[in-house]
Amino acid sequence: MPDLQTGFIPALDALPSRKSPLMERFAALLDPKSPSQLEAMARESRAITRRNFGRTMRLFAPLYVSNECVNNCQYCGFSRDNPILRTTLTIDQVITEARHLVAQGFRNILLVAGEHPRFVSDGYLEACIRAIRSFVPTIGIEVGPMEAPEYQRMVEAGAEGLVVYQETYDRDVYAVMHTAGPKKDFDWRLACPERGYLGGFRRIGIGALFGLSDWRLEALRLAAHLEHLYKHCWKATFTVAFPRLRPAAGGFHPLTDFPDHALVQTLAAFRLTFPEVGIVMSTREPAAFRDAVAPLGVTIMSAGSHTEPGGYTGAGSDDLHLTVKGRRVELDDKPDQARAEGQFGIADERSPATVADRLRSLGLDPVWKDWDPSILAA
Amino acid sequence: MSNSPLTIAGRSFQSRLMLGTGKFASGDLMRDAIIASGTEIVTVALRRTDLSGQGDPFANILDFIPPNVLLLPNTSGAMNAEEAVRLARLAVAAGMPNWVKLEIHPDPRYLLPDPIETLKAAEILVKEGFIVLPYINADPVLARRLQDVGTATVMPLGSPIGSHQGLTTRRQIEIILTQATVPVVVDAGIGAPSHAAEAFEIGADAVLVNTAIAIASDPARMATAFKAACEAGRAAYEIGLTEATSEATATSPLTTFLYQ
Repeated sequence: MPDLQTGFIPALDALPSRKSPLMERFAALLDPKSPSQLEAMARESRAITRRNFGRTMRLFAPLYVSNECVNNCQYCGFSRDNPILRTTLTIDQVITEARHLVAQGFRNILLVAGEHPRFVSDGYLEACIRAIRSFVPTIGIEVGPMEAPEYQRMVEAGAEGLVVYQETYDRDVYAVMHTAGPKKDFDWRLACPERGYLGGFRRIGIGALFGLSDWRLEALRLAAHLEHLYKHCWKATFTVAFPRLRPAAGGFHPLTDFPDHALVQTLAAFRLTFPEVGIVMSTREPAAFRDAVAPLGVTIMSAGSHTEPGGYTGAGSDDLHLTVKGRRVELDDKPDQARAEGQFGIADERSPATVADRLRSLGLDPVWKDWDPSILAA
Repeated sequence: MSNSPLTIAGRSFQSRLMLGTGKFASGDLMRDAIIASGTEIVTVALRRTDLSGQGDPFANILDFIPPNVLLLPNTSGAMNAEEAVRLARLAVAAGMPNWVKLEIHPDPRYLLPDPIETLKAAEILVKEGFIVLPYINADPVLARRLQDVGTATVMPLGSPIGSHQGLTTRRQIEIILTQATVPVVVDAGIGAPSHAAEAFEIGADAVLVNTAIAIASDPARMATAFKAACEAGRAAYEIGLTEATSEATATSPLTTFLYQ
């Protein structure tokens, strides 16, 4: 069982000067490369991905259930001080949105919410999961951190995947980015994957937001975290993601560059170091880039995503309000056609069917269902 | 003269090549490879199928399997005996055969099978009347324990799934072969036709191939290549290979004086 007292902290804080042999090799893969060296890495990455995952691509969709949040994170549209239109879907509205996604083909849905104990209690999330489990084979959650027993309740309700990104592994930058709310606690967030594992999650997704800190250091720390988790949570399947910052309410601009070639190098370095890790690419990236990297090592993609609650069907648009100091404030006059604010703008707006067709033309079989809830059902 | 048939649980098969159905670029390519391989047994991960019986068009992998091959559902995704048993029961309830490829790998990284949970599940499923084909590490004692509880085969791995390393466990498989009272199917790690031929030459009864065919640029043609290799390896085994020797046979024997 993982050690929740110290966990990954000592290894993280010793980076980059003290590295395991595996991390030494990983860091070398991130050194500056010539175009032909990068091409060789990409080719090897593709070959390893094919051996381990075949010519397939898993698809999933995020379902945002609430954009309420108690945190202030400078880069995030949901930050509590942003005067945005907010809502939390009712359970019926969650069902409506999930049915819409299922009709599009999705069998793997990620429930996403801002962190707000009043609007998004663990009881609420549990109810969301239970409401859709009969018709959604795979349910993951990406929500505010919890204790292991709360995670266990989510698993018992029917969730099987947990996604929690550290955002940045640079403590100093983290402190500047997260100015209010429980998310300020770096170490508490860092131990989320282990707590989720103790709670029974089998699929755990980690990642960092690229554009906050030096990309090589960020990637190295993320890789070291993965190495740590593989050792201590040996029954979990892990995924990693390298999301790049996107425009969002608040108008935050990236602090550092993470150009396309760096993302490709990072992706290939992860694949060469961790042949079995799932690599996620979301609709944050534009269509052309997603198509170009799909065969290189990516194994899971979202498609047709909306990052606002009710985004797929308009559910919840009759409930829009502001939230000030944790209290709901009604709008004086609601603009027509108003929607809740999204977490960030997406770049690939193609429909799921279009993305699936494109994958097929790239020689990749879109896999919608890769898990059956009856494996866990008691 | 053709090779002898393979018999598993009283059922006879002309082909000794089993196919896995994961990792193909499309259902059509998978079907073409199945047909080209001449296989009569294909395994499918239950987690990728529609177990609700409602004909989910987004989980329709079974639609691409020709009706004349035996569908061997596998329990991939199960991490313990309880989960594997539940999946096997659900497969039967969903109208699939009561044959099951028992796969329990709690370690998703290397997908190595859990011997303890596999033995537990095998006991339960055999008692319930399932034809059980367990995927195991190449452990001769475990193979014996499984055949003692009544599994229809044992399926030792050549090397980790998808690794294409061939028979890295060859010495252990050879021990299993000398002890086996049930067919031995070499499963996983077979990356080239020569690996399959090697398995047959040492006496394996069948092999299961997936990744090497599924990710080939021409899966149907690669399936044909594997078919030929399996038949060649098996024929060589049935005819009897002459042992390789490191020395030439002496033209002036050293011990003829004894008989003079």
